[in-house]
Amino acid sequence: MDKTFDWFGARGIGLRKSGSDREYAGAVDGIDGVELVLLSAGEIPRELAAGNIHLGVTGSDLVREKLANWDARVAELAPMGFGGADLIIAVPQAWVDVATLDDLDAAAAAFRRAHGFRLRIATKYHRLVREFLREQGVADYQLVDSQGATEGTVKNETAEAIADITSTGETLRANGLKILDDGLIHASQATLFRGRRRDWTDEQRAKLKALQMVLGL
Amino acid sequence: MPTSPETLIEARRLRDLFAAKGAQVVKADVLQPADTLLDLYGEDIRARSYLTSDPLRGEMVLRPDFTVPVVQMHMQAHADPARYTYAGKVFRKQETDETRANEYVQVGYEVFDGQNPANADAEVFAAIAEGLSDLPVRAATGDIGVLMAAVRGLRTTDDRKAALLRHIWRPGRFRALMRRFGSGQVPPARAALLAADDPFAQAGADIGLRSRKEVAARIEALRADAATAPIAAEEIALIDAILGLRETAPNVLSALRDIAVDMPAIGTAVAGLDARLDAMNAHGVDVAALEFEGSYGRTSLEYYDGFVFGFYATDRPDHPPVATGGRYDALTAQLGQGRAVPAVGGVIRPDLALGLRAC
Repeated sequence: MDKTFDWFGARGIGLRKSGSDREYAGAVDGIDGVELVLLSAGEIPRELAAGNIHLGVTGSDLVREKLANWDARVAELAPMGFGGADLIIAVPQAWVDVATLDDLDAAAAAFRRAHGFRLRIATKYHRLVREFLREQGVADYQLVDSQGATEGTVKNETAEAIADITSTGETLRANGLKILDDGLIHASQATLFRGRRRDWTDEQRAKLKALQMVLGL
Repeated sequence: MPTSPETLIEARRLRDLFAAKGAQVVKADVLQPADTLLDLYGEDIRARSYLTSDPLRGEMVLRPDFTVPVVQMHMQAHADPARYTYAGKVFRKQETDETRANEYVQVGYEVFDGQNPANADAEVFAAIAEGLSDLPVRAATGDIGVLMAAVRGLRTTDDRKAALLRHIWRPGRFRALMRRFGSGQVPPARAALLAADDPFAQAGADIGLRSRKEVAARIEALRADAATAPIAAEEIALIDAILGLRETAPNVLSALRDIAVDMPAIGTAVAGLDARLDAMNAHGVDVAALEFEGSYGRTSLEYYDGFVFGFYATDRPDHPPVATGGRYDALTAQLGQGRAVPAVGGVIRPDLALGLRAC
């Protein structure tokens, strides 16, 4: 939130929280007729697509994961240069034979033959991971849902590999995992999005244009 | 429209048509146990399936098609040969195009007959064609079996053939494998691994279900693969030639016979295609005008492993096919735990058929 405020501040728009620290209301200085609401990053894609908010700042990974056909429903106005994290595929370091997706695919085939079920990849980014693996032609895997502590699933034997967000890779290494050489699914960063619903009023469209002028977009 | 009263009437008409050909009318539960079905179909179908959980039965799925329940039914009945027809809704999530129905009716005709596969193929194709006879549709056909025979006939190791066969349905990965197997090159990371005195020096702790023994076994497989001679350029060219075929069926048959001179392994599959075309002719199909594509069926469902076909609106190539079908012998082997029953079937979407009739 602070980095978002800094980003807007550097471009002449003041954003701040109003009221006490516990309230999720905000105020906007430097332009009239724009309201600020504070929502969790995970809710912003849905609210943008539904038209409940017109602009939103959230991770580019969350928009792609949570919205089917995301680019028909929201548009990227500006990547904001912070909040960077990579969605990657990681496997145990003990798999010295697996460095690439090609290896992962071959290992998955052998694993399924040996164990009688598809190799499990733990993630909460189902759509992004599935689309990536489909494009790359990886077979014989299944996704298992993991909403937290995903790095631990391999050690706990509830998954054989993971797909998760990492910024430094430190937690992965600490959990005995390594990133595949070509395992980068999406390089995410905080991004300013607009909704693409058609029911914006002329006034709202004009306001967006004015805001874009001030922001220099 | 996908489930309107008119659609249901058309579905009944088609089902009666198939029943009149001797097919037994069968039904399947809308809610199916998810584990068998999704383990078989994989993650792409899982993504498009409506999953729910039952407190006692575990994960259940709204049936994404009838094939698996009908095969299971057949396996229990032990009747052979057998013909089945059904009409009912199937459910598929639409991830990209919301104008496409997520709930629609399929009418199917499935033949389990190991005596004469060519005739069974022709029978199913002709029955589906008859159901669509008054509509502006064109048929596309192919034969995954020819491609599989060609891969099995390559002069290379069984491991390489198995890797290629696994990816028949993923053309990008198939092409990448062909390129690597034809190059004689070992990727740098792999070369380093194979050259290492102790490949496990950097391995760290063993975690997870995939054991060190499994990793070691793959390293041995990689070592054997690195020592394997590349697949000859001429053989790769023959596979490309098969994949590039796109002509009328008689012309394709002739081209395949030429290819079979250099690649005798496809001889049986080509003879099978010949027999199928004869049988289709006997069933009244205009074989001389029938389109055949060497790559057809490679991006559809993975379980078709022989004859494949689809019917498309003549002037709406962008629309989903009105009918699809094919042979799925391997699927019955997987579901039958070793007991395979040669099977071929097709489904019509009556809503799409009606849409064509209206315009």
